[in-house]
Amino acid sequence: MEGFIHQIISGIATGGIYASVALALVMIYQATHHVNFAQGEMATFSTYIALVLINMGLPYWVAFVGSFAISFVIGVAIERLLMRPVANAPVLTSVGVFVGLLLIVNSVTGWFFDYTIKQFPSPFPDKSLLGGFVSGHELGSTGVTLAVLILVYLFFRHTRLGLAMRAAAFNPASSRLVGVRVGWMLALGWGLAAAIGSVAGCMVAPVVFLDPNMMSGILLYAFAGALLGGIDSPLGAVLGGFLVGVIENLGGAYVVGTELKLTLALVIIITVLTLKPSGLMGRKVYSRV
Amino acid sequence: MTALLEAKALHAAYGETKVLHGLDFAVEQGSVTALLGANGAGKTSTLRAICGMVRTQGEILLGGKRIDGMATEDIVRLGVAHVPDGRGTFMELTVEENMRLGAYTRPARAATADFDKMFGYFPRLKERYRQQAGTLSGGEQQMLAIARALLLRPRLLLLDEPSFGLAPLIVREIFGIMRRIRDEEGVSILLVEQNASIALEFAHDAYLLETGRIVVSGLASDIAKDESVRRSYLGY
Repeated sequence: MEGFIHQIISGIATGGIYASVALALVMIYQATHHVNFAQGEMATFSTYIALVLINMGLPYWVAFVGSFAISFVIGVAIERLLMRPVANAPVLTSVGVFVGLLLIVNSVTGWFFDYTIKQFPSPFPDKSLLGGFVSGHELGSTGVTLAVLILVYLFFRHTRLGLAMRAAAFNPASSRLVGVRVGWMLALGWGLAAAIGSVAGCMVAPVVFLDPNMMSGILLYAFAGALLGGIDSPLGAVLGGFLVGVIENLGGAYVVGTELKLTLALVIIITVLTLKPSGLMGRKVYSRV
Repeated sequence: MTALLEAKALHAAYGETKVLHGLDFAVEQGSVTALLGANGAGKTSTLRAICGMVRTQGEILLGGKRIDGMATEDIVRLGVAHVPDGRGTFMELTVEENMRLGAYTRPARAATADFDKMFGYFPRLKERYRQQAGTLSGGEQQMLAIARALLLRPRLLLLDEPSFGLAPLIVREIFGIMRRIRDEEGVSILLVEQNASIALEFAHDAYLLETGRIVVSGLASDIAKDESVRRSYLGY
């Protein structure tokens, strides 16, 4: 029983990581109707930036915020320079650009920071808490990801800029007619998605260690989470991310074993796509005609 | 009277297909101008041309300043509000969020004061304030679209077929409210309508479009009286 509870709690902790990456995927999907395959690699690159800043002697949280900000700028730049020219291109072109971006970011990461596996520090105390059920890092990283998700939610719900970004994603033509600069909203969305990725990277790196392919598996789980919750629902993606974290952990511990855990992501993806393609919270839009 | 909006030799095309062939027209300051014509005459395209939503040639002047070739967002920020065909409602968002977006270019506090004024014109919007806009009836959506446009505090309001798809009773209600808006807000209006009788009653000046050209222009009251124009172009 104790083992079971422990598996659930650490599932929630990794689920928070998946939830963040899933949210980043959904944000870009809502605006462009494409899945950014490079989201994971971008997050890995962001984590290396944080490591460089830490090695420069900066305090952990300064490096954390620095990586967040730099990732935001990189995300905006990618949208402006790479995605803008193919904004109206056919689907396959966009997919090609995303795959290319994945390979480029992955190789650039290896080229800059080499391929050896590196340790990444955790800012949280290394001891068991709550009667041995949860490690300091698990509790801390869940708190950080939850805080980020709540801030993002508040930003989209309660600020003018957040509202404009949602409007631009739903209805670009009408948004222009009320004066929203739609192109910039899309770029801001990319920036925010990249910044959220940096948080996910920094929180997961102490657990899985840092190497250029760190995020490839995580991206799969996150994608499964986004689909499970509903690829066009930010809230659904977050819940889906947490659910996948728990399912993965329990399945790994009791059903398929740790070697086959990644398969669970694919099982979830296939199951959702066949049984309920809109996901658990996929948005139903009512319109009277 | 001075012209707020002037178009000179305005051409427009979608790709290779030319839809406007050299229009000259003006919207006077503080008055209503109607743009009439059959389906496909180029009425909607004219509004889209003013807003920079199609490729144009020729000159468009707003308050004497050229706006042709500018981005839609920048034209809107100069005070041109456009209620497009299909109303441009943000279906997924609430009535409140739609209204906030209407006032997006203005300081939030000034806009909130205007909300009450909109509820004065359209009490129905207050009842539906927190509802998803997609659940509104057609008439309510048209009201929301007009309120959203007015919240920009526009100098020029472009209305594309406010009567489209609505029951005659609702159309009368909406035009009744628009009469109040015309008299109280001092906004210049360029109205596109297929329903010529109601538009000519509402407007001061009118232009009649046929396949991308202006064929008749003058005072709305004169056009309404001209039997031959009415029979051959307006069909009533």
